[in-house]
Amino acid sequence: MRDTWQHTWTIAKRELVGYFASPVAYVFIVIYLLLNGFFTFMLGYFFERGEASLAAPFFFWHPWLYLFLVPAAGMRLWSEERRLGTLELLLTMPITPWQAIIGKFIASWLFLILALALTFPVVLTVSYLGDPDMGAILTGYFGSVLLAGAYLAITSMTSAMTRNQVISFILSVVVCFFLILCGWEPVTRPLANADWIPEWLVRTVASFSVMTHFVSMQRGVIDSRDLIYFLSAIGFPLFCTGVILRGLRA
Amino acid sequence: MIKVQNLSKSFGSKVAVNDISFSVERGEVLGFLGPNGAGKSTTMRMITGFIPPTSGKITVGGFDILENPIPAKRLIGYLPENAPAYTDMTVYGFLGFAAELRGLYKDEKKKAIHRVVEMCFLEAVLHQSVDTLSKGYRHRTCFAQSIIHDAAVLILDEPTDGLDPNQKHEVRNLIRQMGANKAIVFSTHILEEVEAACSRAIIIDRGRIVANGTPEELKQKSDLAGAVSVRVLGMSAETVRQKLNQISIGRKAAIVKEDVTSVWARVYPQANSRNGDLARSVAEISAKEGWKIEELHTEEGRLDEVFRSITLPDTVKEESK
Ligand SMILES: Nc1ncnc2c1ncn2[C@@H]1O[C@H](COP(=O)(O)OP(=O)(O)OP(=O)(O)O)[C@@H](O)[C@H]1O
Ligand SMILES: [Mg+2]
Repeated sequence: MRDTWQHTWTIAKRELVGYFASPVAYVFIVIYLLLNGFFTFMLGYFFERGEASLAAPFFFWHPWLYLFLVPAAGMRLWSEERRLGTLELLLTMPITPWQAIIGKFIASWLFLILALALTFPVVLTVSYLGDPDMGAILTGYFGSVLLAGAYLAITSMTSAMTRNQVISFILSVVVCFFLILCGWEPVTRPLANADWIPEWLVRTVASFSVMTHFVSMQRGVIDSRDLIYFLSAIGFPLFCTGVILRGLRA
Repeated sequence: MIKVQNLSKSFGSKVAVNDISFSVERGEVLGFLGPNGAGKSTTMRMITGFIPPTSGKITVGGFDILENPIPAKRLIGYLPENAPAYTDMTVYGFLGFAAELRGLYKDEKKKAIHRVVEMCFLEAVLHQSVDTLSKGYRHRTCFAQSIIHDAAVLILDEPTDGLDPNQKHEVRNLIRQMGANKAIVFSTHILEEVEAACSRAIIIDRGRIVANGTPEELKQKSDLAGAVSVRVLGMSAETVRQKLNQISIGRKAAIVKEDVTSVWARVYPQANSRNGDLARSVAEISAKEGWKIEELHTEEGRLDEVFRSITLPDTVKEESK
């Protein structure tokens, strides 16, 4: 048991070192912070709103921001391993594929969490200017971490499908985009109004969307249904990653 | 240590490995020979548990590689073909990573890294990124990774590929030394390596085992094995050939080469002749005829010739004659 976590951590550590071995990681973080700032202060009308909350100006953009940033951070996870041939090395070590899948996932997730943590000046600003609901900010951050995890798990899956990072990037953007759209109001409202689609169908499909589940978290509510949603949205693609890796070797 | 029974592997309709069985014990070094695409790497990938066989059974140290992969894999050190390595790591980091996955931490890890770095001559590049290594050094780094936990079983897919002659020599010696208390399987296209390092060799062709024996046994299969070559001074080629053809235990005599002063001739033995008899007969004839002999020796047989005769399709063999 101890070995299980040791191995997972060894793999995660390697992946993290891999991130910071190249300047790409730093460039990524800078772009991440710049975009976050741009969306929050320019498009989110942070100052003009005159309210001490991060929901509308800050977290609101995360599903869209992550749509490109998370696949960019995770696209190399398995495709690079396949391209270099190190997959053969890794999977003939005395470890289970799950340790490798989880280890790699955790490493990328930690990296994204680090980038997210570096947005703390926004929190400082809002609490300097007003008296925000700290609980809502915390759950908002928590939701954002889960959201990144869900996108990342999908990216892990798509990167196991191909040895080409670019293809893996595009595939995961497409899948994540679908997960946004199917529950995004401007899309769902006209669909729900259309006669030829039963409303329950629209609502069922929308319940698969990250949007519906992320929104409530921004308001400071952690519903167990949202939690279960995000955990399965992380678990299922990781499971598929394992299936794909097994298929590759057959 | 390694037991392979009726192993087969198909990719779609293509049969890469076809009903192979063999076993390797501790203290044995098994050489894997065969033309490109014969199925050597595929067999090794199945033994190390990277790809599952279509049918057949593999056990390593008594553990079935499919049912009990982790304990089986613990016993194995594996150098895959083309020596893959993480390009974003240093040599030291890479070896440390391998050591930790093998369950070596802290002091044990350091000691293990130190040991393999010395064995594979990696001091000079220890803190260099794998990305910038030359091919030979990358190969050695990956080789070092395979022996870091001093495994009982080594599976090495072309371990000397891309190495300079000195390093080839070192690796061969290393394999032979380690073979004393390990079970080693290695594949190669260099036939001298088989003679230098193997206690046994298997030749596979189109997925099947076509020869299995010690290098000496394999060499016996050569057409040349047991033939006697002789160099005679100042005689005409025709006379030499005629006289040699009269030897009763010889199958036939042939002129290999001639120049102004001397003739090189060769007598091939009959199938059942004992080693040495033919050489003596040739010596007797020369003495009787009063030939001036410059050189006389019994040929050993050559592996490359055996390899060719076994693995070339019959049509090509005809053409090359
Ligand atoms: N993943 C795969 N999918 C389809 N065919 C494959 C796959 N891997 C190997 N093969 C085929 O199986 C056969 C055996 O290949 P293998 O790599 O084992 O040959 P080899 O003996 O190692 O050759 P070489 O000396 O060139 O290394 C080849 O015909 C190859 O094309
Ligand atoms: Mg090969």
